[in-house]
Amino acid sequence: MSENHEKPSMMLAEFDNPAHLLEAAEKLKNAGYKKFDCHSPFPIHGMDDAMGMKRSPLGWMVGFVAFFALLGGFTLEWWTSAVDYPLVISGKPFFSYQAYGPVAFAVMVLSSAFTALLGMMALNKLPMWYHQLFNSDKTAKISNDGFVVSIESKDQLFDRKKTKDFLEEIGGQNLEVI
Amino acid sequence: MSTTTETLDRVPLEEEKPLITGNQTFSSVTQKISEIAEARTPKLWWIAIGISSSMMLFLIVLIGWLIWEGTGVWGLNVPVGWGWAIVNFVFWVGIGHAGTLISAILFLFRQKWRTSINRFAEAMTLFAVICALIFPGIHVGRIWAAYWMIPLPNQMEMWPNFRSPLLWDIFAVGTYFTVSLLFWYTGLIPDLASMRDRAKTKIRKIILGIFSLGWRGGNRQWQNYELAYLLLAGLSTPLVLSVHSVVSTDFATSVIPGWHTTIFPPYFVAGAIFSGFAMVNTLAIIARKIYKLEDFITINHLEKMNKIMLVTGMMVGYAYGCEFFIAWYGANEYESFAFINRAFGPYAWAYWTMITCNVLVPQLFWSKRLRTSIPVMFVAALLINVGMWFERFVIVVTSLSADFLPSSWDYYSPTFVDIGMFIGSFGLFFTFFLLFLRFVPMIAISEVKAVLPQADPHYYNGNGHGKKAQVQETATERGDQS
Repeated sequence: MSENHEKPSMMLAEFDNPAHLLEAAEKLKNAGYKKFDCHSPFPIHGMDDAMGMKRSPLGWMVGFVAFFALLGGFTLEWWTSAVDYPLVISGKPFFSYQAYGPVAFAVMVLSSAFTALLGMMALNKLPMWYHQLFNSDKTAKISNDGFVVSIESKDQLFDRKKTKDFLEEIGGQNLEVI
Repeated sequence: MSTTTETLDRVPLEEEKPLITGNQTFSSVTQKISEIAEARTPKLWWIAIGISSSMMLFLIVLIGWLIWEGTGVWGLNVPVGWGWAIVNFVFWVGIGHAGTLISAILFLFRQKWRTSINRFAEAMTLFAVICALIFPGIHVGRIWAAYWMIPLPNQMEMWPNFRSPLLWDIFAVGTYFTVSLLFWYTGLIPDLASMRDRAKTKIRKIILGIFSLGWRGGNRQWQNYELAYLLLAGLSTPLVLSVHSVVSTDFATSVIPGWHTTIFPPYFVAGAIFSGFAMVNTLAIIARKIYKLEDFITINHLEKMNKIMLVTGMMVGYAYGCEFFIAWYGANEYESFAFINRAFGPYAWAYWTMITCNVLVPQLFWSKRLRTSIPVMFVAALLINVGMWFERFVIVVTSLSADFLPSSWDYYSPTFVDIGMFIGSFGLFFTFFLLFLRFVPMIAISEVKAVLPQADPHYYNGNGHGKKAQVQETATERGDQS
């Protein structure tokens, strides 16, 4: 464990497997830690509850966009074919809402898909090409087979000594301060 | 054996085969899949891309010539205004559908076996849709006016006709491509991060670093990520059904006998999934052999795909029968003629090729021995793709060549440009596919890790739902015979 940092930004600890990481998350939550994260190579079932996280608002974001995109698609079709430049085609009514379905649907799906990806990126603050965590070798472990807890020094309970002892007590190994 | 409920509880109904064999660890999964894209470029790859990119170049040259000369370089004639180009379009769009079904529908149904094949099935979708989009794009004749299909304000103050299925197609297929790309990229983010962290050279670090967006694998990221993935799967799911339905309305909303039927949307969708799985299977068999991925893409995976082909093949066969029945039952002279002409007219050879490949060949898969035999399924999948191309040929050409007035009937034959473009489109497809295999993790690393038994936290607590014991037992028997 390197001790030469004046102002550490986070403390990292490794755990053996997904089950231990899940337990650690539960214990950190119960101890009152807020600004911590559990890193793993794949999402772990039950981790959201263990960390005491709220539901992601992404579903609402996509739902909101989907609704207005569908409405916008229909409005565009109605305005262009029934208002701005009405054309008689096969004697069909100008406002043929049945025929407008496929395009309005496509507009909805397209806008929602963009919202899903870009919304996820925004909520995760991505792209973020530099982060303190990348200074640690543990990053490479996380994307391979490592299970790592990170606690930010901004957390109110963060205290070099106490946090270190606590992490060791709940089974954390190879502690590191970055 | 006693039949009390107590006993039955302890007897598993069916022993589930392990999804991933070879006693993989999290680390071995990363290693095995990443190293394919990290190792030196194999000689075979250079040979393959040499061939495919030459074919692609041929396509580009032919497209140039087509734009210069006009669509007269194709074999189109007066009744047959849609020839191979439209056949190829429908063929390639159809191929894409299996990729979306695997990535979206099987995800929503929690079919964990999809994780081994979804990445390259999605890649297949993307490249197939690129091939598909080229054909109607160049079919407009005046390609410089192609942007008229998009609702852009212009000096003519005119708008596209939103009541036309051809316009629906632009939106449906354009959306399909874009959404598939977004979904594919979303799935790639954590895997690119894995490769970023393994990268040895600076250039790899930079490129993979940029595309992995600075992924850190924290659960606060995973939470939003998983929801985005689920939402994209949910958004792609209706596309599996809607895109080919819209393609079918290009035909069904016309008055041509043999096209003007309500069966078209479900019939096209079933055919699309059928042909797409045949293509996934073909690609999977080759890729697992060359890259030694038998532990990831097991016989179990291939067998499941064969079962889907059997089901969708039966649906397609049923649609063929149903079309004939309705043509007779509907008592419309032109409609009945169109179908009798298909089966016994000048294109009977194409019709019976289609029936043989699409209806008879998949019946082989009733036999467990045949559907788990690599050579059998490889040949069957190729034949199914041939049959599905012929299906579109039969639909497009036979109906047009003999419509209402016998005086306007004509026989259609392709020119070398038609044939060359079709071959060239395979060149385009395989060029992209080879680039994908070379540079991108071809199996979803993080998703495969998540379906390993040790990824489940319950695996570690003593009883672990009995999973730990089962894994050690089944890992030795290796469900793979190839």
